[in-house]
Amino acid sequence: MATESQPHGPLEQFIIQPLVDVKLGSVDLSFTNSALTMIMAVGLVIAMLTIGMRRRALVPGRWQSIAELSYEFIANMLRENVGSEGRRFFPVIFSLFMFVLFGNMIGMLPYSFTFTSHLIVTFALALAVFAAVTILGFVRHGMHFFSFFVPPGTPLLMWPLMIPIEIISYLSRPISLAVRLFANMTAGHTLLKVFAGFIAALGVLGVVPFALVIALTGLEVLIAFLQAYIFTILTCIYIHDALHMH
Amino acid sequence: MSERDPSPSKGFEARLAEARAVRDGERGTKDGAAARSGMGVALRIGLEMVSALIVGVGIGWLLDWWLGTGPWLMILFFVLGSAAGMLSVFRTASGLGQGVGYKPGKGKGSERG
Repeated sequence: MATESQPHGPLEQFIIQPLVDVKLGSVDLSFTNSALTMIMAVGLVIAMLTIGMRRRALVPGRWQSIAELSYEFIANMLRENVGSEGRRFFPVIFSLFMFVLFGNMIGMLPYSFTFTSHLIVTFALALAVFAAVTILGFVRHGMHFFSFFVPPGTPLLMWPLMIPIEIISYLSRPISLAVRLFANMTAGHTLLKVFAGFIAALGVLGVVPFALVIALTGLEVLIAFLQAYIFTILTCIYIHDALHMH
Repeated sequence: MSERDPSPSKGFEARLAEARAVRDGERGTKDGAAARSGMGVALRIGLEMVSALIVGVGIGWLLDWWLGTGPWLMILFFVLGSAAGMLSVFRTASGLGQGVGYKPGKGKGSERG
């Protein structure tokens, strides 16, 4: 059975291994497997889009269809959730979606590494979104932005209570955004590994967990897509909130 | 864009304006199908409560650490964090969306604030 001391525990897959050691003073800037998969994700997105759009046919081929479908998907998402103003934010939303999606999908390949299963990665992404949306709100509304924290119709007596609550609620956004993606990816991959460990342990009866692992892999691919979708759609909703306040 | 009238009689400008109006008017009010499915809502609600609580306790703890006021601010912000968690659960469940600070729905496009 897979325990932590043996070489293939279910949590083994999340270990970050330095591939090229880089030290700047006391700062460890090693090139890790996490960094490698991130670069792979970016490279694959760029390759998919440039190779897909190379022919620029009126009737798209397979690759061009993928590129066009992903464009349409994000463009529609922005239009539905932000409105026509949101088209300005297309490049950043598209990059965000593709980066998270490819990170999740690369993680579905055997022997690879899922960088979205690390809280620090998802939290950095969520914090960047949060900071950008807050700055956007300030640029758009100036000091009026603070009225965000007072729901309309609140009696003056309730303000000292409502304002801290609203601020806490606002500050909890990046945490829930980051934890959602991280928890889904980590839980799914751990579950897969745990069930895969049962296959060898149960001998002939191992077909039962084997079938389960196959089904779970399908589910994981779905979740990998869904979580990338949710991450981006929540970003869209936050942008909408920052643009159109009360 | 289901209804498209490609009749050439109207002139290009009119058709362009019409298409733009359709596109701009298509701003939906939905939270996204995935975010609204039962499982998604359940996960989101749980997560929102916990994250608001974490932020509340975190702020209280930091303020205590900074001001040296014993456990009191942490306790206060624990309560405020729970309230914020409850509030966001209430908002999500009643379809007011993710917004911090909400307004009552006034027809299309204003449900989320």
